[in-house]
Amino acid sequence: MFSGKVYGALAGAAVLALSAGAAVAQPKDKVKVGFIYVGPVGDHGWSYQHDQGRQAIEKAFPGKVTTTFVESVPEADSERAIEQLARTGHDLIFTTSFGFMEPTLKVAKKYPNIKFEHATGFKRNPNLSTYAAKFHEGRYIIGQIAGKMTKSNTIGYVGAFPIPEVIAGINAFYLGAQSVNPNVKIKIVFANTWYDPAKEGDAAKALLDQGVDMLAQHTDSPAPIQAAEARGKFGFGQASDMERFAPKAQLTAIVDNWSDYYVARTKAVLDGTWKSEDTWGGINAHMVVMSPYKNMPDDVKKLAQETEAAIKSGSLNPFKCPIMGQDGKEIECKGKGALSDEQVLGMNFYVKGIEDKIPQ
Amino acid sequence: MRFELTPRTHVSPVMRALAPVAAFITAFLIAGFVIWLMGRSPVAAFDVYVLQPLSDPWALQELLVKATPLALIAIGLSYCFRANLWNIGAEGQYVIGAVLGGWLALKTHGTEAGAWVLPLMLLLGVIGGALYGLIPAFLKTRFGVNEILTSLMLVYVAQLILDYLVRGPWRDPKGFNFPQSVTFDPSATLHPILEGGRVHYGAVFAAIAVLVTAVVLGRTLFGYRLKLTGDAPRAARFAGFSSKATTMAVFAISGGLAGLAGISEVSGQIGQLQPSISPGYGFTAITVAFLGRLNPVGILLAALVVALTFIGGESAQILLKLPLDLTQAFQGILLMCVLAADAMVSYRIRFATRGGGK
Repeated sequence: MFSGKVYGALAGAAVLALSAGAAVAQPKDKVKVGFIYVGPVGDHGWSYQHDQGRQAIEKAFPGKVTTTFVESVPEADSERAIEQLARTGHDLIFTTSFGFMEPTLKVAKKYPNIKFEHATGFKRNPNLSTYAAKFHEGRYIIGQIAGKMTKSNTIGYVGAFPIPEVIAGINAFYLGAQSVNPNVKIKIVFANTWYDPAKEGDAAKALLDQGVDMLAQHTDSPAPIQAAEARGKFGFGQASDMERFAPKAQLTAIVDNWSDYYVARTKAVLDGTWKSEDTWGGINAHMVVMSPYKNMPDDVKKLAQETEAAIKSGSLNPFKCPIMGQDGKEIECKGKGALSDEQVLGMNFYVKGIEDKIPQ
Repeated sequence: MRFELTPRTHVSPVMRALAPVAAFITAFLIAGFVIWLMGRSPVAAFDVYVLQPLSDPWALQELLVKATPLALIAIGLSYCFRANLWNIGAEGQYVIGAVLGGWLALKTHGTEAGAWVLPLMLLLGVIGGALYGLIPAFLKTRFGVNEILTSLMLVYVAQLILDYLVRGPWRDPKGFNFPQSVTFDPSATLHPILEGGRVHYGAVFAAIAVLVTAVVLGRTLFGYRLKLTGDAPRAARFAGFSSKATTMAVFAISGGLAGLAGISEVSGQIGQLQPSISPGYGFTAITVAFLGRLNPVGILLAALVVALTFIGGESAQILLKLPLDLTQAFQGILLMCVLAADAMVSYRIRFATRGGGK
């Protein structure tokens, strides 16, 4: 991160020198906003929620903003798609998957007058911001719900890839479950995909066959929660409210709410106040939203609401120290009373009590 | 009533040459009709899809970038397919080429290693792809294992090897544990042909591969041997051509070219190793090889056409807000039309009214 910042500052100086004053942003009457999605808009998960944010921009600035999206862009082949948007008059471009990081940076350097925003990455430039959401806050809450509700004392988790964001989500979920049920066990399966309903569904069924009665997921299709619904078990929606796919099984969903952020950033471009920033918002910033708590007893619902309020007010941090690693040794606490942002963003260990190993 | 296909005794070369043209027109008419049904202008779609990419220098450059790996891999595959050997695993050979070549890039990262790095990387890419291609060839010649299955399965093995490496030993230590290697040094980067452009020297390799293949297939004993092995394996045996040697040779060639495509993409475009380094080039190249009728020049044209459908499809999403599904459907329609046109040139369709049906 340090080297990235230094590099960003150097590049910024170069841009200022080159464009001699043109870097001072001007207010605009009309703004064209482009989006690159990693999945189909119809995934009802990750890309779907980004598209909801896109639609929110169109509603917020009628007549002033036009939007465009390119969907299912393969990460290894995304540079061209991003540059296509840059070349077709877009003023602000959101690239919404980690794998778009290097291509976004390349194109951003080539088009210094266009603003770029990259989701979940860590490389910035004077015209490239990064943003992400603290989904692990929501995962702590659903962990508590699962820990309370489970009868078999075994809960299942379908992960996408063993990357830090997913690992942090698993840990937060498990810490939440442990906080209300010290004996709870977790079984984890990595589907090695963000979006593949067949694979996700198979992973979920494998977990259900092993006796889990609560199913959390960090993949984007409704297939896992649908599998839980079919077996009469419970699950949690991912990225969007998946109630219509699993009305009896969904206890709540961790909804990614990009709309507020996208509207704010578009407004900044309209006003000429856009700056390169790093945003990491959670429940408090309304980036992570819990859909209504349903299908659970009142005491569990009350607990969930209290935890949500505590996280929102800042009195509860899912990664408050001490955090124990799998070997029972305490993880060095680099933040104030909790793990530092860097530790969470680069997490590659499981907490004590998880019996699996992170695939390496 | 039912259809019957009977081979034509005489196939007119003019018809054969015109068949792809007819196929294109038919495909565009079908797609245009669908676009019209969706309430958009088919003329505007044709403009965005075809005319604009072909008249814009930037898009032409992107066309070459996208066509490069497709052409390289498809040229290699044409050796196999001509000999009636089904290498479905070019995607895996591409990955292993990138892995072996990328290994050297990572080994020399941050050192003062000089200009020898890149040529050696490319050579390793070829060797990696060729060796990986030889596995299904060996299994076929030694144990009679079906090469379609083994080559396809080895794709997944290759992808998982890459996945393992970039998550584990080859992970960028400063990369927040994200699964990707460091970015390659300039000495390990395949440079663009024109300064500031995106077309790298991989395009030159593809052009060379086309020329060499045209000569090999048309003018050498090896080319004749392939054709004979494919069309009349018994005759090939009587002529003293070893089918085992042919199998090994064509798999090595096609694996080597796929490996070269892999290392060229990684060092020329992506600039690092990451879990996904191909949007399915190895599989799309199978389509390209058949669209080009296994002819080197045809393959080059087919690679450009398929690249055009990708780039035009993106433009259509951006400029006309047409969905991606339409682009993919169009690629399918195009392939169907080309194959159907070819079939109609070689076969006569008869409507039989008796004897068929239940």
